[in-house]
Amino acid sequence: MQTTPTQVQPLPAEPTSASANPPSAPPPPGRSAGQQKLIKFASDYSIILIFLVLFVVLSFNVEYFFSFTNMKGLALSVSQIGMVACTMMFCLASRDFDLSVGSTIAFAGVLCAMIINSTGSIVLGVGGSLLAGAAIGLFNGFTIAKLRINALIATLVTMGAVRGLGFIASHGQAVGISNEAFFNLGNNDLFGMPIPVLFWIGCVVVFGVMLNKTVYGRNTLAIGGNPDAARLAGVAVDRTRIYIFLIQGVVTALAGIILASRITSGQPNAGQGFELDVIAACVLGGVSLAGGRATISGVVVGVLIMGMVQNAMNLKNIDAFYQYEVRAAILFVAVLIDQLKNRGKTS
Amino acid sequence: MSHFLEFRSITKTFPGVKALSDVSFAVDRGQVHGLLGENGAGKSTLLKILGGEYIPDGGQVMLDGTERHFTRSRDSIDAGIAIIHQELQYVPELTVMENLLLGHLPTRFGFVRRGEAIRWTRDNLQRLGVDIDPLARLIDLSIGQRQMVEICKAVLRDATVIALDEPTSSLSHRESEILFRMIRDLKARGKALIYISHRLEEIFELCDGCTIFRDGRKVAEHHDLSQITRDQLVQGMVGREIKDIFDYKPRALGEVAMTVQNLSGKKVPTPATFSVRKGEILGFFGLVGAGRSELMRLIYGADVRATGTVELDGIKGNITSISQAIHSGLVLCPEDRKQEGIVPGRSVSENINISCRRHYRRAHFFVNDSAEAGTAEGYIKLLRIKTPSRHQEIRFLSGGNQQKAILARWLAEQDLRVLIIDEPTRGIDVGAKNEIYQVLYGLAEKGVAVIMVSSELPEVLGVSDRIITMCQGRITGELNRTDANERNVLTLALPVSAPTPAAAPVTA
Ligand SMILES: Nc1ncnc2c1ncn2[C@@H]1O[C@H](COP(=O)(O)OP(=O)(O)OP(=O)(O)O)[C@@H](O)[C@H]1O
Ligand SMILES: [Mg+2]
Repeated sequence: MQTTPTQVQPLPAEPTSASANPPSAPPPPGRSAGQQKLIKFASDYSIILIFLVLFVVLSFNVEYFFSFTNMKGLALSVSQIGMVACTMMFCLASRDFDLSVGSTIAFAGVLCAMIINSTGSIVLGVGGSLLAGAAIGLFNGFTIAKLRINALIATLVTMGAVRGLGFIASHGQAVGISNEAFFNLGNNDLFGMPIPVLFWIGCVVVFGVMLNKTVYGRNTLAIGGNPDAARLAGVAVDRTRIYIFLIQGVVTALAGIILASRITSGQPNAGQGFELDVIAACVLGGVSLAGGRATISGVVVGVLIMGMVQNAMNLKNIDAFYQYEVRAAILFVAVLIDQLKNRGKTS
Repeated sequence: MSHFLEFRSITKTFPGVKALSDVSFAVDRGQVHGLLGENGAGKSTLLKILGGEYIPDGGQVMLDGTERHFTRSRDSIDAGIAIIHQELQYVPELTVMENLLLGHLPTRFGFVRRGEAIRWTRDNLQRLGVDIDPLARLIDLSIGQRQMVEICKAVLRDATVIALDEPTSSLSHRESEILFRMIRDLKARGKALIYISHRLEEIFELCDGCTIFRDGRKVAEHHDLSQITRDQLVQGMVGREIKDIFDYKPRALGEVAMTVQNLSGKKVPTPATFSVRKGEILGFFGLVGAGRSELMRLIYGADVRATGTVELDGIKGNITSISQAIHSGLVLCPEDRKQEGIVPGRSVSENINISCRRHYRRAHFFVNDSAEAGTAEGYIKLLRIKTPSRHQEIRFLSGGNQQKAILARWLAEQDLRVLIIDEPTRGIDVGAKNEIYQVLYGLAEKGVAVIMVSSELPEVLGVSDRIITMCQGRITGELNRTDANERNVLTLALPVSAPTPAAAPVTA
C-alpha cells in the first residue's frame, strides 16, 4: 500500500438513516421447498442434462455422428483424457492442481519407445515408463505436500522440466518404435472395444470405487473441504496428497504409453495443452476447483462432452484453428458453471 | 404500527426443514430485544432474513413503518442494518485495520491513505475500549479478539439496527464486559438491537424484552424481564424443567492416565507439567489468550513442540503426532469449529465418521457404509442433532448442531483414554449442555480422562473434579473442586495480581 496525496477519507461511508432510503423493489417470490429441491436437482444433474441434449442435437444435425463406428472412434479419441481425468479428479478434489500431465504423457511415450528400441522388450519399456511417471508424481507430491510449494508453481516446474527431458532424450525427433507387437496395445480391439477405451473404462471403475467406497477417497474429499479440520481429525493429509500425485503420475504415464502405441512412436511434442483439456473435462463434470466436491459420473460426462464437440467439429470439417476457440469456450463455460454453482451455494 | 423494526408472520422453509413459521415480534429504538431458543430453533435464520441473505417464503419485515424487501446483503446494509453473524466472516490474511475498513476503502484512485487509516482504526478501537493492534493480521489473533473485531466493524458502521448472533460465545469475561458497555452505549444512542445468546444471565443483564423460539415457532414473548425467572425462560426454551444444569456427582478416580511433562512451544513458552487421572474431569480455565488451546494442541501433537513429553498409561514412549495420539486413544476436539472442525461441504455422517471409520473399515481400505450409518444415526439421536437426515451437508446445520456433530466425531472413538475438549458447549443451548455434561460424566465413569478447556467459569466450576488455571502461556495454579470458587479461580487466571499464597497451592 502506498501513501498518496489523494483526498480519500478512510472513514466508513455512513449513509445510514433508515428512513432516508427509499423502500426497495417489489418482493421477489419466495421459493417453496419443492422448487428449491427442483433447483438443487437441476444444478446437481445439469451437466448430464446438457450432455443428453447435446447428444441428441448432434445426432440429428451432424451426419455420421450417430453410428456405432463413430461412437467407438469418439471414445477412442478421448480415452487418454478420460484416464487422466480420473486421477485429476482426485487432485482437484483435494484442492490441488496438476499441470504436468501433458508433459508426462509425452515423456512417457518417448521413454517407452526408446527403451523398447534399445532392449527389444515391451515389458521393460512399459515398466520403465511407468516408473518414470511414478517418479514425476512423487516429486510433485513431495514438493507440494512436504515442501509446501503451491501446486500451480510446483507442477508448472515439472511441466517445463519433463517436457524438456522428452526433447533432450529424443533430440527433438519422433522416436519410431521397432517392435510392432507393441502397436496392438493402442490399435486392437478386445471384446469389440478398442483396448485404450477398455483402459479408460477400467480407470473409471477403479477410481470411481476409490472415490466413493474407500477411506482414501473420503479422505481426499475431506482434505479438499477443509485441510485443517482433516488434519486435526487424524487424516494423514501429507501422505494422502503424495499418493494422489503418485497415482496420477503412474496413470498419466500409462496413458502416454497407450498414446505412443496408437501413433506408433514416441512424440516429444505430444500432449500439448492436454492438461487443460483434462482439467476442463473435470470442471465440466462438476469437480469443484475449490476442492471437496467430485463425482466420477460427472467426470465421465465431462470427458464425453469434450469428445463429442471435438468429434462433431471434425465431422463438420471445421478448421483446426477454430477448434482451439471452441475448446477455450468450453473451458470458460465450465469454469463459469462452477462459479455460478458456488455462488448459489453460499447465498 | 409504531414499532421501529417489526417482523410479521415470517415463514421460511428449507428442503426438509421448516426453519421459521409465522414468527412475529418487534423492536423499538433504544431497546435490546433478546432471541432465545434451542439449537436449530431458527434464530440465526431470522437474522439472515433481516440481513438479506435469505428471502422469506412469507411475511413482512417492517422498518420505520415501511415494508422492506431485502434481497441482497447490500440492501440491508444500505437500510442501516448491521449484523454480527454467528459464523464470523472476516478475511483471515488481512489486518485488523483492513478488515474494519473492508468495502469502505475509497477506490476512486485505487490508493489508500495508510497513515490515516491506521490512525482512524486506532482511535476508534481505543474509543470502544478494545485493545488490539490495528496492524495485526486476523489469523494471529485469538478467536475472541477476532470476534471483537467483527463487533467493532458493525458498531463503527453506525447502523440504526444492530443484531448480534451469539457474540459472547467465544469472548472472555473481560471482553464480554467491553461488549456489554458498547451495547448499553448503542442503546442509549437510540439504536434498536437484537441479541441472541444461550447465556441467560446475559439476557437478563442486557435485554428489555425477549422472544423465545422452539422449532421455528414463537412460543413466548416477554416485555418485562424483571417479572420472569430464569427457570421460566428455560422451561419455555426446552419445554422441560432443568433443576441443576451441571448435575455433578462425585466419582471414584483411577490411576494416572496421562502425564504431561515440561511441555512448551511457541505460544506456551513456559514449560507445562501436569497429569490427569482415569475418570477425572480436569477443567482448564483462563482468559482468552491464556494459552490453553495452544497447550492442548501441543499435547495432541498438532503443533511443533519446543520441549517436553506426553505419556499415556499403558503406552510406551512419548506421543508426538496426531495419528499416534489418536491411535493411542488421545483425542482433541478443537476450539474453532468453523476453521478446524467441520468439513463444510460433506455430510453430517461424513463429519462424524471421519476419524472413527478406521475401526470399521474393511481390508484397511474400504469404508463400511452400514456401520458408519449406524454410528451417525446413533449420535444424531443421542445428542439430538437437528438435521433432516445424516446426508445433509453439515454447513446447513445451525451452529449449535454443527458443534454437536463435531463432538460426536470424538465421542464415537472407540478405546478412548483421554478426551480433550476445547470449549465443548460453545453455542450449545441450555438443555443440550446438560445432556453433553451427562455424556462427559458417562465417559469419566467408564474411566476416560476428560480435559475440558472452557472460558465459562460456571461451567468449569460446575463440571470439573479439579481445575488448572492458565495465564499468559503459563500454568498458574491448581485447585480441587472442593476448594475452588469463582473468586480464587479468577484470581489465579488474571494476569495482574500475583496469586496470593492462600488461594494458590503449588504450581505444578
Ligand atoms: N441454508 C440452509 N439449508 C437448509 N437448512 C437450513 C439452512 N439454514 C438453516 N437451516 C436449518 O434451519 C433450522 C434453523 O437454523 P438456525 O441456524 O436458524 O438455528 P439457530 O436457532 O440459530 O440455532 P443455534 O442456536 O444452533 O445457532 C435448522 O434446523 C437448520 O438445520
Ligand atoms: Mg444460530
